[in-house]
Amino acid sequence: MCLAIPGKVLQLKPHEEAYLCCADVQFGGITREVNTSLVPEVQVGDYVLVHVGVAISIVDEVTAAATLEWMQETDPSAITGEP
Amino acid sequence: MKHLEEYRDKARCDALLQAIEAASTRPWTLMEICGGQTHSLIRNGIPALLPDPIRLVHGPGCPVCVTPPTLIDQAIALAFQPGVLLCTFGDMMRVPGTTISLQTARSQGAAVQMVYSPLEAVRLAQQTPERKIVFFAVGFETTAPANALAVMQAHLQHIDNFSILSSHVLVPPAMTALLEDPTCVVDGFLAAGHVCTIMGQQVYRQLAADYKIPIVITGFEPVDLLQGILLCVEQLEKGTWKVENQYERMVHQDGNAAARELMEQVYTTVDRDWRGLGRIPQSGLALKAPFDRYDAALLFDVQEQPYVDHSGCRAGSVLKGSLSPTACPLFGKSCTPEHPIGAPMVSSEGACAAYYYFNNN
Repeated sequence: MCLAIPGKVLQLKPHEEAYLCCADVQFGGITREVNTSLVPEVQVGDYVLVHVGVAISIVDEVTAAATLEWMQETDPSAITGEP
Repeated sequence: MKHLEEYRDKARCDALLQAIEAASTRPWTLMEICGGQTHSLIRNGIPALLPDPIRLVHGPGCPVCVTPPTLIDQAIALAFQPGVLLCTFGDMMRVPGTTISLQTARSQGAAVQMVYSPLEAVRLAQQTPERKIVFFAVGFETTAPANALAVMQAHLQHIDNFSILSSHVLVPPAMTALLEDPTCVVDGFLAAGHVCTIMGQQVYRQLAADYKIPIVITGFEPVDLLQGILLCVEQLEKGTWKVENQYERMVHQDGNAAARELMEQVYTTVDRDWRGLGRIPQSGLALKAPFDRYDAALLFDVQEQPYVDHSGCRAGSVLKGSLSPTACPLFGKSCTPEHPIGAPMVSSEGACAAYYYFNNN
């Protein structure tokens, strides 16, 4: 029910009414129109987390890369919970 | 797909499993809150891969599962009203009310349509002004902003043939109810990542401090879940009880301010009945003035009736984590996904259905 999928913003479709702002968002090979009024600072190229047709968060690319890098570099036997 | 596949990597999972094993010296019981997490844990076989002392129990975070059957009856009654088209997420279609489901009602002539988004229902109302479009607004804090947005769009565009039947529920009051229950067995929580993208971390800090229980905000992929478990176990072993954020890439410190502002404009907090758990104070959202003119429960003369469950379904205990789905006497016998008795067997995110599909052997 709370399923939400990250997709890449291809094109913004601004609207004079803030609650009707949309963007074309790509999920793998599929592009869908998504409402972006709850992430007003969104830019083309951002990844957004989309739930029931509405973007609810902008992916923090820096944090995502840091988390993965930490896991990549750490010796498995030495993984601790504190990156 | 970026930001998903990296978190399904086997080598990373193996490393985290080793780390969990190394960190665990005592038995700990962890509860994941969200049904999406339950589904992912069971589908990926994670409970069986964890070292023996770590036990997972499954929380009440499936909105489909906790919607009271009487509210489903109300949705069905609305769908039989002349001129009404009831729109719903697909998950709600097969959930039994006190007698039948929306799907059965549709086969009997009720007007029911599945939609992917509440905004689709608004568009439908705009395109068919002769019909009264009612959206069955089910969901936790993740979905509440999208449903509020639908109401706001209808309001701003003067779409008066749109309304919602609200069944919104809130996670923290349910966690409090679980923790107050003397039979509660939970040592630590994996909090629902997508709920926190909206609400942020603050509310959980209070819970963690009040009940001295670690809470780790956790994502949905196997690597996310295993890292969430590791962080929680490490806290328990150290004897700390803070809120940690495993799902940092999606959950920002203060959540989504624009979404919360919209929710505050549109909703008020109300007491709500949860299927299997009973009435929990201040655990739901309802539309407030002037948006209550979009409240289908007020617009149509269809009242929710009281309900007593005689089926023998143990969904309440399953949703509290005090009974494993397979320990229910109905599991896999009279209650299956084809013929569900309790809601956790209907929704793919329900603990019973997850066990039936992925863990039945």
